[in-house]
Amino acid sequence: MITVSNLSKTYKDTTVLSIESLELSKGEIIGLVGNNGAGKTTFFSLLLDLIKPSTGHIENNLIRVDQSESWKSNTAAFIDESFLIGYLTPEEYFSFIAGLRNINKADLNTFLDRFSTFFNEEILGKNKYIRDLSKGNQKKVGIAAAFIGAPELVILDEPFANLDPRAQMQLQNLIREINQDLKCSIFVSSHDLLHVSELCKRILILNKGELVKDANREEISLDTLRAFFTEEIAEVSETTPLPEDG
Amino acid sequence: MLKTLFSLELKSLFRSPTWKQNLWMRILIVFAILYFVLIFLSLGVGAYYIIEEAQIGEPFEVINRYLIYYIGFDIVFRYMMQPMPVTNVQPLLYQNIKKSTIVHFSMLKMLYSFFNWSHLFFLIPLSIILTVEGQAAGQVWGWSLSIYFLLLINNYLNVLVNQKNVVFGLVTSLVLGSASLQYFGIFDITPYTQVFFTSLFNQSWLIAVAFGLLVVIYYSAFRHFRTRMYLDAGLAKKSERTISISENYFSRFGKLGLILRNDVALILRNKRARQAVFAGFFFIFYGLLFFTGAVEAYQGDTWKLFAGIFVTGGFLFSFGQYVPSWDSQYYPLLMTQNITYIDYLKSKYTLIQVFTAITTILSSWYLIFGLEIFSFVLLGAIYNLTINSVIVLWGGAYVRTKIDLTSNKKAFGDKNAFNYKTLLLTLPKILLPVIIYGVFDYALGPIAAKISIVVVSIAGYFLKPYLFKTIISIYQKEKYATLKAYRS
Repeated sequence: MITVSNLSKTYKDTTVLSIESLELSKGEIIGLVGNNGAGKTTFFSLLLDLIKPSTGHIENNLIRVDQSESWKSNTAAFIDESFLIGYLTPEEYFSFIAGLRNINKADLNTFLDRFSTFFNEEILGKNKYIRDLSKGNQKKVGIAAAFIGAPELVILDEPFANLDPRAQMQLQNLIREINQDLKCSIFVSSHDLLHVSELCKRILILNKGELVKDANREEISLDTLRAFFTEEIAEVSETTPLPEDG
Repeated sequence: MLKTLFSLELKSLFRSPTWKQNLWMRILIVFAILYFVLIFLSLGVGAYYIIEEAQIGEPFEVINRYLIYYIGFDIVFRYMMQPMPVTNVQPLLYQNIKKSTIVHFSMLKMLYSFFNWSHLFFLIPLSIILTVEGQAAGQVWGWSLSIYFLLLINNYLNVLVNQKNVVFGLVTSLVLGSASLQYFGIFDITPYTQVFFTSLFNQSWLIAVAFGLLVVIYYSAFRHFRTRMYLDAGLAKKSERTISISENYFSRFGKLGLILRNDVALILRNKRARQAVFAGFFFIFYGLLFFTGAVEAYQGDTWKLFAGIFVTGGFLFSFGQYVPSWDSQYYPLLMTQNITYIDYLKSKYTLIQVFTAITTILSSWYLIFGLEIFSFVLLGAIYNLTINSVIVLWGGAYVRTKIDLTSNKKAFGDKNAFNYKTLLLTLPKILLPVIIYGVFDYALGPIAAKISIVVVSIAGYFLKPYLFKTIISIYQKEKYATLKAYRS
């Protein structure tokens, strides 16, 4: 599905991302974890051709994302609120996305039924523009829209952040269900190790722009995941003195 | 404290993405400012002698008589162009700064605005000339300072006009009322205002009155904002009632319809976009300056074509100029969805065409000035429909100004929908046809000149697919840079 080769992104002389090679196969839920600045959003932006790679390239279904735009028909994403159109109501936004993905109204409604508990009666039929919804509800709209039209790849940046605990659990189930029904790949980043270890079949850890771990769920338990980050902290505090002004 | 806030303000200016990324824009702005400074300067130096030359009366009396226009136009221009003070106050609210300090700062900051200091280039040389011509220096400077106070009153009055509908109604009806009474010769206000301005000179103590009035206006504006410095009051995001837009109507246009429907929603539901549309409709009246013979310098035919383009192209200039910036808040979505550039551009193009057609129909009242005049409106419309509506999209690809559609985020509301940048970008779209017309008019006469505009327009229409291709390649080339500019 996704082939990354020799990819790097450099701003002036800081390399923020460098992945020599990576293959993501179809139908998997893949988790991406890493501290702030590890390069998660950079990687997603490169996948979506929102920024230009300094070297290398990404292929999506054998299509180079920086050369052709045909990957757009089978890929969807929700990265942040810049993927929402604030002055539309959620219904209008959904039907806009559905129209772009050639889904008719009836199919859209059936699709949205799946999300009714997740929406918790706060999204549909409220006669409110998306910009007037709370951050959490905006997120719900964006996530649901990303799945419209059964794309083969769905990219979600921090989908669990800003959601209340109940919605977080519902979202986990939804992602799992949709993954099984539609056989789509879902690429999720999160700061919450628990979510990732529960949800994802394959887990990638980015650190300072480099892929430091790539393992299946069976090979990496929550404890090892946790240990990875605690060790890293220990390592950092041993080798580098704390900066004076914090 | 004010010093800290001021340094924050400077940083926000020089670190703003538009300023940093667009060298040409900066150069243009500097030139525009120099241009206006020069105009003020020459007006200040020259006014006295021009009036003397024209022999329409004692120069100082004439100046006093018509000063009311200067001040009246000032408030109108301010309303149309002056950006409101924008201080991003929300992060400051939690800090150890008095709320009133924040408000005072935001309001005092306005004194540095071009709209305030530019008048000094008029008043100072004028005062010097007046003293040179024998008026008492002390009185002249007192008079000059009083007038400056009046202009500052305009400044804060404009703030209130922007904020309070009552004040807006009051001031507009006053300005429009007295202007039309004057125009139709029913009532001439100038003899009365002349008395007022002359007494500013003769009775120097009146300066205290002007200053007192300034203080009063300043404080009412201050109070207005101070009482609204709460997250749930003036700083609150207002939740609007939704305006519904029929889906069925647009569905017949396929994917283009989807985008078109969004664009209609964009205009109907966002303050900034609505302002651009209103500004566009105001252009319809711009032709009055040219077609009524009100301004002697504007008598030539090239000027009439110039007016025709403006009259019918209001929306094109005020909205089209900012494509794709209108979509800046969700540009990443558009760039990752199944949208082709051609659909995107066609939607905006259709919108511009429809609005240009509407303005043309609305401009048909210029027929009362005769067919000859109206022919220029039509020529302008044809040129706008065929060439400018494409070229405007071309220019927009380079603008890259992030537009905050919900201007409520900033303290006092940003009112930049229509500003000097828009005017600057307008020039090439107007100069080209005017030059073509001028050349043909000079060489072959007015009929040939008119035909030349029609021919160029038709040629432009057939070049459209090619032009669209060029624009798309620019959009593609600029994609990353545009995304970056919109992100910051």
